[in-house]
Amino acid sequence: METASQSIEPKTNYLNADYTIKSWLLTTDHKRIALLFLGSITLFFFLGGFFAMLIRLELLTPAGDLVLADTYNKLFTMHGIVMIFLFLIPSVPAVFGNFVLPMMIGAKDLAFPRLNLASWYIFMLGASFVLYAILTGGMDTGWTFYTPYSTTYSNTNVVTAAVGVFIIGFSSIFTGLNFIVTVHRMRAPGLTWRRLPLFVWAHYATSVIMVLGTPVLAITLVLVALERLFHIGIFDARLGGDPLLFQHLFWFYSHPAVYIMILPSMGVISEVVACFSRKRVFGYDFVAMSSIAIAVLGFLVWAHHMFVAGISIYAALVFSLLSFFVAIPSAVKVFNWTATLYKGSISLDTPMLYVFAFIGLFTIGGLTGIFLASVGLDLHVHDTYFVVAHFHYIMVGGGVTGFLCALHFWWPKITGKMYPESFARLSAVLVFLGFNLTFFPQFLLGYMGMPRRYHAYPPEFQVLNVLSTAGASILAVGFLMPMVYFVWSLQYGKDAGPNPYRAAGLEWMTPSPPPTFNFDETPVVTWEAYNYDEIDAPSKGVEVAG
Amino acid sequence: MTRSMHPARGLKLPDSETAVHNLRHHFADLEQQSATAKFGMWIFLVTEIMFFGGMFASYLIYRLSYYNAWVAGSQTMEIRYGTANTAVLICSSLTMVMAVHWAKLGSRKLTALFLILTLALGLAFLGIKAVEYHEHWVHHEVPGANFHFEHTGNYDPRHVSIFFSLYFAMTGMHALHMVIGAGLLTWLLIANARGRFSPEYNSPVELVGLYWHFVDIIWIYLFPLLYLISHHHPGG
Amino acid sequence: MAGHVDALYFALVAITAFFTILISALILFFALRYRKQRNPVATQVHGSTALELLWTAIPLGIVMIIFVWSSVLFFIQTRPPSGAMEIYAVGKQWMWKFQHTEGQREINELHVPAGRDVRMIMTSQDVIHSFYVPAFRIKADVLPGRYTSTWFHATEPGRYHLFCAQYCGTQHSGMIGEVIVMDAAEYDRWAAGAVDGSLASAGEKSFQQYGCSMCHRADMAGRGPNLIGLFGRQVLLDDGRTVTADESYIRESILNPGAKIVSGFKNIMPTFQGQLSEEEVIGLVAYVKALGSGAAGPPIPVSEPNSGSYPVAPKPEASAAKSDIPATPPTKATPAKPAAKQ
Repeated sequence: METASQSIEPKTNYLNADYTIKSWLLTTDHKRIALLFLGSITLFFFLGGFFAMLIRLELLTPAGDLVLADTYNKLFTMHGIVMIFLFLIPSVPAVFGNFVLPMMIGAKDLAFPRLNLASWYIFMLGASFVLYAILTGGMDTGWTFYTPYSTTYSNTNVVTAAVGVFIIGFSSIFTGLNFIVTVHRMRAPGLTWRRLPLFVWAHYATSVIMVLGTPVLAITLVLVALERLFHIGIFDARLGGDPLLFQHLFWFYSHPAVYIMILPSMGVISEVVACFSRKRVFGYDFVAMSSIAIAVLGFLVWAHHMFVAGISIYAALVFSLLSFFVAIPSAVKVFNWTATLYKGSISLDTPMLYVFAFIGLFTIGGLTGIFLASVGLDLHVHDTYFVVAHFHYIMVGGGVTGFLCALHFWWPKITGKMYPESFARLSAVLVFLGFNLTFFPQFLLGYMGMPRRYHAYPPEFQVLNVLSTAGASILAVGFLMPMVYFVWSLQYGKDAGPNPYRAAGLEWMTPSPPPTFNFDETPVVTWEAYNYDEIDAPSKGVEVAG
Repeated sequence: MTRSMHPARGLKLPDSETAVHNLRHHFADLEQQSATAKFGMWIFLVTEIMFFGGMFASYLIYRLSYYNAWVAGSQTMEIRYGTANTAVLICSSLTMVMAVHWAKLGSRKLTALFLILTLALGLAFLGIKAVEYHEHWVHHEVPGANFHFEHTGNYDPRHVSIFFSLYFAMTGMHALHMVIGAGLLTWLLIANARGRFSPEYNSPVELVGLYWHFVDIIWIYLFPLLYLISHHHPGG
Repeated sequence: MAGHVDALYFALVAITAFFTILISALILFFALRYRKQRNPVATQVHGSTALELLWTAIPLGIVMIIFVWSSVLFFIQTRPPSGAMEIYAVGKQWMWKFQHTEGQREINELHVPAGRDVRMIMTSQDVIHSFYVPAFRIKADVLPGRYTSTWFHATEPGRYHLFCAQYCGTQHSGMIGEVIVMDAAEYDRWAAGAVDGSLASAGEKSFQQYGCSMCHRADMAGRGPNLIGLFGRQVLLDDGRTVTADESYIRESILNPGAKIVSGFKNIMPTFQGQLSEEEVIGLVAYVKALGSGAAGPPIPVSEPNSGSYPVAPKPEASAAKSDIPATPPTKATPAKPAAKQ
């Protein structure tokens, strides 16, 4: 067991065990697979960001004068598909879940390492279809594929894109399956469920959603493709089919999907807030159970995307009620994280800055969800920029912030190097400020009545749009900076040592970078999660983690 | 394990060495490995339930609205074929159980026998299905440009097209799973012939068995829902 | 109505601001007060069930209040008052077509009177659109194959944006128009300027032109059900279901007659899908409404009698429990199904 005072790197770790391309492309090491995912999703993030940049540039002026209307429609569609399916859904689970989760439970790998590798290849195959769809003309139905526009009227690469998303869905399913089985079967001796880090609870809940929800999206896309190719009539009103059936099937997955995009980040926040407060998370049981509650309730609220779509009044009221319920577990988490700070010993390292950003932005994002759950109000703000602002506060202010938090927290473990702290803090501040400037004006735009997916707009909306685009440019800088300093750190960063943050968790009890098989011997766990009192008080004579 | 002792070279290894050879590094023992693998397959089957579930849900929703058209579509199904296929699949589940049983007892020959029987029955199912699909095509019952339905009752023939769309989607997806199952059985036969399985290590057979039973159960639901709506013998 | 929506909105803004400021302030305060330099040793606090219950119950209570408030608002928004005037809308890529019952037709402009309830009855000719007037705080999707509706009560004369709010293709952002609210007297003058006669009379012309009157007769001897007094009533179908004869039912019966067969009748009505434009269908719907509705309502102007028009027939007898149509024609040879079958 290494201690902080030693900075001896063992000769072989998972990175330098073998340098050949084949050893990377045929690896079954969860840590290498995590890096394969990291590389791919980073590329896709910047591709989606490029589309966003073009959208924001077009929206600087009321007239649709930068790109053609059809091009604009493709831009927001591809932005949505790339960001959701090629970046956000895999992001934290496929990178950090893969890398850290087995180590957190004292395992040498996930339950099914080859399935894990297959997961990455399936992801890349699906992504190739999506990229092919983009390069050969794009798709313009919106990421939501609404019928009958997508099945009968659109002249774009709907089937190709649908096939791509279908394939990527299996990557998600296999990752979720792997995590569930791993958490059930591969925990180290002594590691009971209630000693698990909350990161594991969060990923477990996420995996349940992935496993149950994604297949429904898969079959829905199959039906859309069949309808488009063979005009079978299942969603075509002229043949007696029902366009609303598509919406129900689609949102049955796509609502739980948003919890796939936020729960893992919430798990990250739990880990980091505990570490930089030097105390266990307040209300551990409640935070753990709230992840499960979100997963369950998340499956019961899908039709809140359809309040104005023509569903019955009574159905709308039921889904409205349930949508209010699903907000409560998230609120419980926010309160518990805040309470964790009470009487802590707080350091403002970069990961902690991202924690603060997350809590603030997620609170706003979550509460604006209440606006949308209120049916009477939703009639006004549905399909306006209010919704766009709401989900970006959660997905970017929550999801991406959590991803960056994780990246900064575990970078030393993954690479053995420290990043430059002052640049990292600066970029965190830029991300926070740029984000708010980009998306807060959009709440106002939405309430004023600007619909979403609009290429051109009435002139009274221009000022807020200009503010939003200005914010986006700051946000872009904030996102680009980590690319630079992380790469820099690989060569010039300080050696991290096994546990630079003196964090709790089995993953920190290994060298940085860890050896291929994580642990020489499976640890036996006799302590509670977040045992910072023991870690910070070596004089008590208890075995500490570095 | 040196290459000259690799089972693929035809040398029969004592069981304990087969076992050791099959233990993956991240598991403590074979028992953990096989229990984990089985659990994984069960989770996968749950995802398959959700996958077919979307089509079942669509079927049920339209059946509520267009019942007469559903009856009309269902009446065109040949009960003989459907019943035969049901019997074939149920038998194949029995032979699959026997294959798993003999794999656990270590009998390579009997495992092979029952795997072959299962595979043959599965292919028989697909053959009968192919005949049925052909007949539907000839009778202009395949949705699309070629669809034409003589309607003689209180329903809209275009709704019958929706019935047939779901029929082909559901049975087609089922048939695709049967094809995958046939592939898995073939892989098992090859592995079995190479002596890969033993009383200590037979998870793959068991897991394919679970998959096969699941595909069978899907058919058990498809048959009455698609073939037996308001079914009665002619003249009754 | 817009004021009510705004009230809810600002209440939610206040709640959001409150909790955001509260959480942010607590975070800032704790981060400063308990920073490492000032508090080098953390105090381990496990949790507090009382606190958990408190901060579960309070948000739950708040959202329940919001739920009730927004639901009451929603009931009002989705139930047009009786007596509302009706305007039909057809959305298509990429324009709005409006038909007033008095006969005026408009494209992308909608004249409405101030101070009156207006109910929109809408359908789409192609993909899903959405009728959105931000100033009125209303929105409803417009679907192919059925009618959806929304209603509003404009108070201030003026011109207000009309947007399509459901992505519908290339010119989605061009599918915009204006709602022109006029004061009531001016609107009446404007509406009376319709050149082609009322919507219902246009529908009557279609009714004759397409041969509907051959089967749908008023004298109980037709091959199709009698339509007088039909609108708004319960209809018994051959499979035992009961449906309400609303606009969507009328439309479906014309375009998709096999979907619902009235009890006692055969499935022999040809479909008019592809032969009628949405506007013609709307005219027919308006005409059927003009034949009298089962629900109580204000008198609807009936078109001038001419040689081909319906006599006013006695209403079909209502059974005690429900008023089911049809009354089976006595000339039919096959035994009639019981009227109140469930």
